[in-house]
Amino acid sequence: MIETDILIIGAGPTGLFAVFEAGLLKLKCHIIDALPQIGGQLSELYPKKPIYDIPGFPEVLAGDLVSNLMEQIKQFQPGFTLNETAETIDKLDDGTFIITTNKGTKHHAKAVAIAGGLGSFEPRKPLIENIEYYEDKGVEYFVKDPELFRNKKIVIAGGGDSALDWSIFLADVAAEVTLIHRRNEFRGALDSVEKLQECKKMGSVKLITPAEVTSLHGETHLNAISINKDGDVATIETDYFIPLFGLTPKLGAIANWGLEIEKNAIKVNNALDYQTNIDGIYAIGDVNTYPGKLKLILCGFHEATLMCQSVYQRINPGKKYVLKYTTVSGVDGFDGTRKEAEKAVIKAIE
Amino acid sequence: MPQDITLKITDRNGQIHEVQAPTDMNMNIMEVVRMHELAAEGTIGICGGMAMCASCQCYILNEIEIPKKSDEEDAMLSEAFNVKENSRLGCQITITSAIDGLAIELAPED
Repeated sequence: MIETDILIIGAGPTGLFAVFEAGLLKLKCHIIDALPQIGGQLSELYPKKPIYDIPGFPEVLAGDLVSNLMEQIKQFQPGFTLNETAETIDKLDDGTFIITTNKGTKHHAKAVAIAGGLGSFEPRKPLIENIEYYEDKGVEYFVKDPELFRNKKIVIAGGGDSALDWSIFLADVAAEVTLIHRRNEFRGALDSVEKLQECKKMGSVKLITPAEVTSLHGETHLNAISINKDGDVATIETDYFIPLFGLTPKLGAIANWGLEIEKNAIKVNNALDYQTNIDGIYAIGDVNTYPGKLKLILCGFHEATLMCQSVYQRINPGKKYVLKYTTVSGVDGFDGTRKEAEKAVIKAIE
Repeated sequence: MPQDITLKITDRNGQIHEVQAPTDMNMNIMEVVRMHELAAEGTIGICGGMAMCASCQCYILNEIEIPKKSDEEDAMLSEAFNVKENSRLGCQITITSAIDGLAIELAPED
C-alpha cells in the first residue's frame, strides 16, 4: 500500500505544481496518471507548442514547462503511479481514503486532489465492426511491451507520430510490419518521416497507402485483416493489429464516485478551497467547474495552492498557520536539500 | 462597428440553431459552438484549437466559400473518423464577414 498525505490524480501542470505547494507545508504527495509519462495534455498533445500566458514566461514550450515543473518539485520527492487509472475510492472511518487503480495498486491518502484535466486519455478506436471482440486477442491500442510482437506479423494503422515511431521501432522486433494509412502523406517529425522512408526502402516496413482497414478476421485470435485500397479489397494475414489514432480524454471511473458533475466537470465550492461535495476530495484545474471558472494553467496553479492550505488545516485541525514566503524561508526539500537566498554581507569597509 | 455574422449550426442531435458570431474577436467556429453551448463541454475543442484533435470536425453544408485547409488540418482529418468530402475542423475556420450565412453540421463525437 502506497502511503501519502495528498493523492493527486493527474500529472498535468496543476497536479505537478500542487506537489510544490504541498511540500512547503511539509505534506507529501503521490500522483496517479493514466499515461506513461508526466505532463498530461502538455506532453501528450502539444509538447512543442509555445504557451504565452504563464506569468513570468514570455514564451515557454509546453514540454519545457513540464520539465521545469518537475525540476521545481523534485526535492519534495513525489511518488508516481503512471500508466494506471484511478478506478475506485473508499472513504475510511477516520476520514482517509483508499484509492485503487485499474491494475489493483492501492494508495492510502489523507486527502485526494483530482487534477484530471479533461479526463484520462483513452485510445480513439477506429469504427470497425467487432473490433472490441478482438481486444486482447490481437488488437492492441498501445505498445506497452514491444516483446509481445517479437517475431510476429503486425499491422499498424495511422498517420501521426506514434504510428510512424512504432512502425520504425517494431521493424527490428516483429517478423513483418505493415503500416496502413488513409493518405500518402504522414504527419510527424521530419526525422521520423525520413527514417520510415528508409525502412520502406530496406523492406523492413511495408507501406500501404491510401488504404483503410475495414474488417478483422479470426476465431479465437485475430489472424487476418481486410483492407480497402482504392476500392479494391484485399486480405492480409497478421497476428496483431495496432490502430494508433491518438487519444481522447474521458472522465472515466471518476464519474461514478458520487461527485457532483456539471457539463463534464466536477463541481467545487469556489473561492474557498475547491473541495467537492465529498469532504476531503478536492478538484483543481481544468477538471473542476464553479461560477467564473477559467480553464487556464495559471488558474490551476492558484487552485492547487488554496487546496493545499485547506488540506493542511484538515490534517492539522486547530493548528495556527502563518503564510510564509519562499524568499524569506527558502525551500527545505524532503531529500535534505535546502534552497535559500544568499545572505547579504555585513562588514565594515575600512 | 463590425457586424456580427449569422451561422446555421446543426448540433449532434440534429437540431438546427441560427446563431450570431462576432467578427472582431478572432474567433473560430469551434469557439462559437462552445460559446452557444451547442455541444457538451469536454467533447469539442479538446486540444484548444490547434488542429491536433478532431473533436470539432464539422461538415460544410452550403456553397459559401471558406479558406482552404492548411496541411496540418488536412493531416489531422486524414486520421479522424466519420470523415466526408465536406469535412473541416471548426477550429481552423475563422469568423469573418466572408462566411456570413455558412451552414455546418457537427460530426458525431468519437
